[in-house]
Amino acid sequence: MPDATGPDQIFQRALTNGEIMLPRCDDCGAYHFFPRVLCPHCHGTAISWHPASGKGRVHTTTVVRQKPERGGDYNVCVVELEEGVRMMSRVEGIAPGDIVIDMAVTAFVGGAEGQPAVLFKPAEV
Amino acid sequence: MTTKLRGKSAIVGTGHAGFGEAHGLTAYDVMAQSALAALGDAGLKLSDVDGLLCTMMEDSMPALMAAEYLGIQPRFIDGTMTGGSSFVNYLTSATMALEAGLCDVALIVYGSNQRTASGRLVTASRPPAYEAPYNPRYPISAYAMAAARHMHEFGTTREQLADVAVAARAWAQHNPEAFERGPLSRADVLGARMVGDPLTVRDCCLVTDGGGAIVMVRADRARDFPKAPVYVLGSAAESSHRQISQMKDFTVTAARESGARAFAAAGVSPSDIQAVELYDAFTINTILFLEDLGFCAKGEGGAFVEGGRIAPGGVLPVNTNGGGLSCVHPGMYGIFTVIEAARQIRGDAPGIQLKDVDLALAHGNGGVLSSQVTAILGSQNTL
Repeated sequence: MPDATGPDQIFQRALTNGEIMLPRCDDCGAYHFFPRVLCPHCHGTAISWHPASGKGRVHTTTVVRQKPERGGDYNVCVVELEEGVRMMSRVEGIAPGDIVIDMAVTAFVGGAEGQPAVLFKPAEV
Repeated sequence: MTTKLRGKSAIVGTGHAGFGEAHGLTAYDVMAQSALAALGDAGLKLSDVDGLLCTMMEDSMPALMAAEYLGIQPRFIDGTMTGGSSFVNYLTSATMALEAGLCDVALIVYGSNQRTASGRLVTASRPPAYEAPYNPRYPISAYAMAAARHMHEFGTTREQLADVAVAARAWAQHNPEAFERGPLSRADVLGARMVGDPLTVRDCCLVTDGGGAIVMVRADRARDFPKAPVYVLGSAAESSHRQISQMKDFTVTAARESGARAFAAAGVSPSDIQAVELYDAFTINTILFLEDLGFCAKGEGGAFVEGGRIAPGGVLPVNTNGGGLSCVHPGMYGIFTVIEAARQIRGDAPGIQLKDVDLALAHGNGGVLSSQVTAILGSQNTL
């Protein structure tokens, strides 16, 4: 997408390049997620893009139980990033049942359903 | 709805069809049988219906499909789709339409064959783009994460969640219309197959077929029908999000706002309510809604439901038909909260009939705790 201009395209193009970019409102200064053409906080339309810090905490989490022959159990969680936005994701590199609320996590670009996606791993202490 | 509309409309007929398994029937067949049952209850015919309020899990234009199937040409139609809360929401639009003279007989109707068709939730809705890649199991993962957060913040326990399911089953055991009537203990719920931590399959609503329908008219002619009228005293909605990742506080739903406005419109308070019918898609719902509607303080819902306190003989009758957990849950349950509330007031509840019910509450939930709609219904004595 060399001519990506829409909010979703900008986000997805960054992921393809291995970067996590977050939209921030120039008017009120607040970040938001998911990407869109206006700020959901102040409704301003001047949006700029900034690299995510990648630091976050697990806000809430669940284990999707699945038979081993279908791929086994996996994690689904909602992470709150340092920038104040939340996104659905999963934490990898740890058993799904060991992921707990408030756990510090670090974002990385991995793959989900064959597409680049924001994933998390436990933060190194 | 504001106090201006208090008591301006009434439910004069309720009906249902296809509870459990409706073999050989389509969702629209079940819808139509439900409509006929409710109209029969009201002593009316399909040709009397000039207002239709309907949505289904199939199609993008289900209200049009329903009107076509029923052979009616409604002059007022509302197909607003807010998930399972839609049918409680229609109480507001039906009241407005009736009061404004846009229609004279409003039919609210729903039907589903999801159990015999596929055995799982059937939906025309697409998974949200920024959530789908992570494969949440829709909708249970969303409710599981709300439950996890409630447990984290308030110390709510899996045992307390289980007690919601146990209470629902205890009501259902007295209701011949309920799909699941076998015994269910706290240990049964806790020991059942875990599907999305912390929820086991017994923390989840049933997957059944079924349909329901409600007939409404203006209050000035509500006493001209065979059954005692049930008046809509207040109804109110509030919507907070669509995707669970966008829910601001996973432990507080918009039922706080919808409930407060419904109570204000009706001029009553939670302590006046004699029967509480909540959309219990998952056990955490009942706890959240009891808190948000003001039956107990935030964070105290777990203790409030513990040990049979909302079961028959407890301190507050909640989901007196057995709810979506044990009575019926055909994809969207909202309409059955209204039907059970109305039947408790009329005195013809199918299971345990509470004594002298004048005020009942029906609460619908839609999406993933996204849309909340509260209605207060009352007998003639409450006007």
